Amino acid sequence: MAKIDKSNSRWQRFLDNDIVYSFFTTPGAIIAATITFIAITAAFAAPLIAPYNPFDPAQISLWDGKLPPAWSDGGSSAYLLGTDNQGRDMLSTILYGGRISILVGIAAVFLGMLLGVTLGVISGYFGGLTDTIIMRIADVQLTIPGILVAILINGIGRAALPLELREEFAIYVVIVAIGLTDWPQFARVARGATLVEAEKEYVQAAKLIGLPKFTIILRHILPNTLRPVLVIATIGLALAIIAEATLSFLGQGIPPTTPSLGTLIRVGNEFLFSGLWWITFFPAIALIILVFSVNLLGDWMRDALNPKLR
Amino acid sequence: MFYFILNRLAQALLVMAVVSAISFSLFNFVGDPVNNMVGQDATREQRIEIRQQLGLDDPILVQYQRFMLNVAQGDFGLSYRIKQPVSQLILERLPATLELVFASAVIAVFIGIVLGVFTGIRRYSWVSKIIMSVSLIGVSLPTFIIGIGLIYLFAVYLRWLPSSGRAGVIEIGGWKTSLLTVDGWRSIILPAITLSLFQLTMILRLVRAEMLEVMRSDYIKFARARGLANRAIHFGHALRNTLVPVITIIGLNIGGLIAYSVITETVFQWPGTGLMFIQAVDFVDVPIMAAYLIFVALLFVVINLIVDILYFVVDPRIRRGGS
Repeated sequence: MAKIDKSNSRWQRFLDNDIVYSFFTTPGAIIAATITFIAITAAFAAPLIAPYNPFDPAQISLWDGKLPPAWSDGGSSAYLLGTDNQGRDMLSTILYGGRISILVGIAAVFLGMLLGVTLGVISGYFGGLTDTIIMRIADVQLTIPGILVAILINGIGRAALPLELREEFAIYVVIVAIGLTDWPQFARVARGATLVEAEKEYVQAAKLIGLPKFTIILRHILPNTLRPVLVIATIGLALAIIAEATLSFLGQGIPPTTPSLGTLIRVGNEFLFSGLWWITFFPAIALIILVFSVNLLGDWMRDALNPKLR
Repeated sequence: MFYFILNRLAQALLVMAVVSAISFSLFNFVGDPVNNMVGQDATREQRIEIRQQLGLDDPILVQYQRFMLNVAQGDFGLSYRIKQPVSQLILERLPATLELVFASAVIAVFIGIVLGVFTGIRRYSWVSKIIMSVSLIGVSLPTFIIGIGLIYLFAVYLRWLPSSGRAGVIEIGGWKTSLLTVDGWRSIILPAITLSLFQLTMILRLVRAEMLEVMRSDYIKFARARGLANRAIHFGHALRNTLVPVITIIGLNIGGLIAYSVITETVFQWPGTGLMFIQAVDFVDVPIMAAYLIFVALLFVVINLIVDILYFVVDPRIRRGGS
């Protein structure tokens, strides 16, 4: 090819990238990414697109409480998915709740990733006693199922806070609890990738020209461990969202004043027996769709980034 | 062999030491035990007296030693909230959890293997495809949503089964069981299904994958050539050879069942150890939290140890590498 517009060629190169190619040829991945994208956008734009602000007392009227969805008997067209016991619009609470669920999920995964990758790379690069200690701790933690670890750390965190701050800081406690539960997976993957990279010639070369260890780890090894870490992070996001929802459902997580999807399901669960199914049904559906599409995205990414499967 | 088991045993002891240290430190980090025991209106003198009674003014190491000695004898102290010995509370509630875990393990293993064999043999039938798609949803659904869904369908809408609690309990030789009465069976069905669903899917997928692999092997072709009946081939030859990894996974997952029973027991208000743990966390009842933590860790360590040793016995390759 003689003359190619530079921007065009860059675009072309982007499309030729193996991962991008795999993405556009996997319908499941496109659907999952679209739903995930819509869910995340909708959640972050909640204040703009939600019909009501469920936290503004001026917009809530108890007279409109417990209304069924708009299409069933007794429903009001003002509230598409009905209202909860306090007269809050379900659609709006779900959008706001989804925002908290996604935020907590992302923050927790980020914390787990930061901690796990740091420890994993250190463990893999230095080896020896450091490696043994870090990986032993990870092993010990992995013997106990994650959700129990999260409940326990979360419980300790809550108990350590004075009573009046407990509700205000609940969200941070949950993030830390899930993040601390997540890190061993990241550490294992990052350590594995580091062990492979550290043997390669470019790292030997970097050592030879006398670069400091810190620079080698940060600039040369770290970027090359990120592919597998990204896969763990995506699947981890789905797990973190479930963990948060479970904690909140057990009454250990996000308080009802600023509910997440899990809290909404917990609150709605109390009204299930009176036949007010929509208060718990719609948040549950929202959670399922969110988790399912993130999971699907993670599955695709695992396959696309694994050269053995291509 | 001896060295291998000794090595694993040392690791297990290390895990237990770490976990017990964490449990012990719970008492010091989380809240003030004296406050938890006497309430708000105790006088200063009463508090000091209780502190001395509990030995809270002793050096940390002395306290830790005392804690470990007590724990080794099964004494976890008194619950802050209920004021009863924790070990007694756990023993009281253990039958409920064990029966729930047992029932779900039976469901998961039986249905999981049957469906796994079916989808493995009839790979391309539409029934298999439906089973596989449903199982994918089963894996990604959070346990508590499955529980709520089942409660709504069978307890609220159809009114076939009770929505919560453990009914029809009778006592036989000190073991309170609900598996011998109709009411008991009715109340255990929903929680057991909820708890089993995730494990069921795992077993199903594992058995299917193993079956697909075994069915391609030469000895199955040979069995067909000998003119054996399908039933004999599928169950006598194929299934039997898939069972080693399946048994391992089942063993490892019994721990998972006990962990997830925390959620299931909360959804169904099932009066087991899991519900007790969540309530203890709610009320910062440290002795119960600590005891439950040690109990669960011990369980996992023992299960892992047994599985490791079984592996060692079953797979000669590990034997060579390990020693």
